Amino acid sequence: MLLKHEPRPDQVKSEKLYQQMGLSDEEFTLVENILGRTPNYTETGLFSVMWSEHCSYKNSKPVLKKFPITGEKVLQGPGEGAGIVDIGDEQAVVFKIESHNHPSAIEPYQGAATGVGGIIRDIFSMGARPIAILNSLRFGELDSARVRYLFKEVVAGIAGYGNCIGIPTVGGEIQFESSYDGNPLVNAMCVGLIDHKDIKKGLAQGVGNTVMYVGAKTGRDGIHGATFASEELTEQSDENRPAVQVGDPFMEKLLLEACLELIHSDALVGIQDMGAAGLTSSSAEMASKAGMGIEMNLDLVPQRETGMTAYEMMLSESQERMLIVIKKGREQEINELFSKYDLEAVAIGTVTDDKKLRLIHNGEVVADVPVDALAEDAPVYHKPSKVPAYFEEFQAMEQEIPQVSDLKETLVKLLSQPTIASKEWVYQQYDYMVRTNTVVSPGSDAAVVRIRGTRKALAMTTDCNSRYVYLDPEVGGKIAVAEAARNIVCSGAEPLAITDNLNFGNPEKPEVFWQIEKAADGISEACRVLGTPVIGGNVSLYNETSGTAIYPTPVIGMVGLVTDIDHITTQSFKNNGDLIYLVGETKDEFGGSELQKLVHGKVFGKAPELNINVEKANQDQVLAAIRAGLVQSAHDLSEGGLAVAIAESLFDNDQLGAEVNVTGNLVSSLFSESQSRFLLSVKKEHQTEFERLVTAQLIGEVNETENLRVLSETDTVLEASVNQLKDAWKGAIPCLLKSRD
Amino acid sequence: MKFAVIVFPGSNCDIDMYHAIKDELGEQVEYVWHDTESLDEFDGILLPGGFSYGDYLRTGAIARFSKVMKEVVKAADAGKPILGVCNGFQILLEAGLLPGAMRRNESLSFICKPVELKVVNNQSMFSTAYTQGETISIPVAHGEGNYYCDEETLANLKANNQIVFTYQDNPNGSLEDIAGIINERGNVLGMMPHPERAVDELLGGADGLKLFQSIVRSWREANVVKA
Amino acid sequence: MFKVKVYVTLRESVLDPQGKAVTHSLQSLNYPEVSDVRIGKYMELTIEKSERDLDEVINEVCSKLLANPVIEDYRYEVEECVPQ
Repeated sequence: MLLKHEPRPDQVKSEKLYQQMGLSDEEFTLVENILGRTPNYTETGLFSVMWSEHCSYKNSKPVLKKFPITGEKVLQGPGEGAGIVDIGDEQAVVFKIESHNHPSAIEPYQGAATGVGGIIRDIFSMGARPIAILNSLRFGELDSARVRYLFKEVVAGIAGYGNCIGIPTVGGEIQFESSYDGNPLVNAMCVGLIDHKDIKKGLAQGVGNTVMYVGAKTGRDGIHGATFASEELTEQSDENRPAVQVGDPFMEKLLLEACLELIHSDALVGIQDMGAAGLTSSSAEMASKAGMGIEMNLDLVPQRETGMTAYEMMLSESQERMLIVIKKGREQEINELFSKYDLEAVAIGTVTDDKKLRLIHNGEVVADVPVDALAEDAPVYHKPSKVPAYFEEFQAMEQEIPQVSDLKETLVKLLSQPTIASKEWVYQQYDYMVRTNTVVSPGSDAAVVRIRGTRKALAMTTDCNSRYVYLDPEVGGKIAVAEAARNIVCSGAEPLAITDNLNFGNPEKPEVFWQIEKAADGISEACRVLGTPVIGGNVSLYNETSGTAIYPTPVIGMVGLVTDIDHITTQSFKNNGDLIYLVGETKDEFGGSELQKLVHGKVFGKAPELNINVEKANQDQVLAAIRAGLVQSAHDLSEGGLAVAIAESLFDNDQLGAEVNVTGNLVSSLFSESQSRFLLSVKKEHQTEFERLVTAQLIGEVNETENLRVLSETDTVLEASVNQLKDAWKGAIPCLLKSRD
Repeated sequence: MKFAVIVFPGSNCDIDMYHAIKDELGEQVEYVWHDTESLDEFDGILLPGGFSYGDYLRTGAIARFSKVMKEVVKAADAGKPILGVCNGFQILLEAGLLPGAMRRNESLSFICKPVELKVVNNQSMFSTAYTQGETISIPVAHGEGNYYCDEETLANLKANNQIVFTYQDNPNGSLEDIAGIINERGNVLGMMPHPERAVDELLGGADGLKLFQSIVRSWREANVVKA
Repeated sequence: MFKVKVYVTLRESVLDPQGKAVTHSLQSLNYPEVSDVRIGKYMELTIEKSERDLDEVINEVCSKLLANPVIEDYRYEVEECVPQ
């Protein structure tokens, strides 16, 4: 029997109520064919969330198939809560990135906070201890009051959750671009550490085993969050506020500690986070992956509100909940384990062998559907794709060197661009030190976290210059991976693998789908050559406001292994007299560059070229030199080019300056954004040995002048005090935030 | 010397404190759960930072009613050294073991960075390894470290030399730049900066180690006298 | 059964950084007539009838836990309600 106020199956069909839940006419017919009958309201809800893009990847699957996902060190590829890579000594690193874009656009503090909470649960549900958080953020330009509000609240939300749960937020990146005005991106990545023997999967195995619910109670918050994430934002989206969940980091801290204790119990069979699509996805996926079924009595689900229907309970996205499967008869000890942390573990169902998800509510069967149909059989769409007109126009353009009259003034302005400027205002709000393992804190190329009790450390970064991806999705996708790897190498680590967060517009637009395909091609090629398989990720589509898509933003999260903490390298120059080297070739490349944006107020033309084999060769040489102990500092050249890289290398030390010589076109030498380049400093006594290992151009020397001086032939073409540059770089974001409030 | 690191639900600097004592200081240390009924076996009590009970209601307000806090009061009365860092300091204030209260940072934002402190009293059992007036670098990481007390209390703190550390460049608006204070008897120290995060050069500095060394030194002196 | 509404505010002598920020913000939103904002907490307690004096119970829980007398004041209102 259905509750009175719920529509009957024939009404769901005749009034097309399934459309409000996000199912198309064709999809509803498919459900009818699978079941051999018309689904009731609750069942329709189950299909609608499981077949949403967020859960089923129905639009992106054909693209995701392109990614290389295997490698000798990969212990777990895509498909579980997070991917796992071997790091030796029976240890492994677990990581994943996930978006919370739409919730953050509506309610930035809670949207960002629960994004962090969700990705942390993905990591500890694999049995891993989360050791670090990173965030990749995109906002509109800071001259809008709404953007400033979103920016401040998102940062506060990340801080509020991460600081409280006690996992250091060690890095990430932020880019400001008007295409994100109404649709900010909030991608959170979590990295965890695990011993091989503790790896747990979300499998509901063993007929008769008990399904238990642990963590926070279920309320009506977040109902249809997964579907909401798969739709465009409109002016009315603000009215969807009930879809946003509220996070409780304290509850999650308790849940985290309890689950990590649970991992060591041989009573545990499987565990999965109740994330997007809550109880529905966790139960259906655990059963489907194990080739089993699950029967649950919803009367037993801990509820925060009264009178909740089966539909509401199954679709709720209340936070801080986990579903576990344990061996039959061991319920009591699991209860005791959780009660130590003031948590309740409640048996709500059992594993069956009929491959069905069967739900009982008020003594009646309210849903009875095949688990594989929910978890595996969502239709897959091969969307049409079409080359956008803008791309062809850009490709036909010649490379143009922007006109610059004053090099020093240009450098100061570049350093004050929010995308380049110091992000101290942001990361000072994050506890990046808690757990006392953070060796390289936010601000350098990659963050480095040591593994206590070993000589090893992990380097981690997120990267994506979406301007390049917009100009040329394939090259831009390649560059995103290459830049991430460059950052990892600069810190003294060997790149291991990536997790990706594909943030794009509406895939039903052929031009947007083309961007997705091409970016995936570029990412795939770079991953193959650099030896960094894709071990998991997330897709966020429909990032549009009022019909305008964001720049295509495939964020790459990468983790690398430092084999000995002595190899850890930062970007800052260290000693007076060290030699400064530039690795890689500089060309006249300004498409999508900071300088182009500064001069023209927009980006156009061709993205910088990337020869991925050259990239790989340069990275290998730099890493070899670092490991040989020959490199004092290493910094990748990215936004703003050489001049910005040198300036940034000087900001950590109050006593140093530098003098460098440049040749050829001055604007290109200083500000071009050609790829595959590194800025290194080397002790004089290591010059011969270094030059034997690395093909690099000696361009100058670190000194004690506290000035940056650039010479062309014998002429001084740029001279600035480091303090002046630093003030511009450090002050830019606080100033933009303060001046208008 | 044997230390207890008290773990409340929501403590998150417990591990840092534990390793600082065990790996860097080289003394014995154990985690002690908040419902423990005796601390008799321990010579020093450490209340670590974090967000006990989620900082709900007020920082430290709920933790102070934990069972173990009765034992902490007993240990304080017995003259054992008691150190509360960050949330640990907030709990000591709520419990009345130290005077005053915490407000939100003046900036209203959480702040995490290394700050310079001045050692204004190197006579306490927590600071003898420092020189008077020495400047040290210790990280802060808090949203509510804006110390407050009334004028009379402040006058007492000054008169009794209870202010041990002050900020060189006040990060949170705290009264008179106060970063750390002791009780009148001198065996209970509360401070917002995290000395346990500054015990290893690899992580950027080891200025916090001397604080722990001071505790051990004064404990040894007291126990050698007894023996 | 009683419904007790408790209001906790910072004592007047104590600076309220949050209230100050909100005051500033309102003034820049062009409400110059708003000269001050003090931010506090509002709590609702449901208290069953017992042998103890209601005011005594409320005052005890307020001074013991709900408010920190060093920096906060409290006041309360009591409503008697009939259980459903």
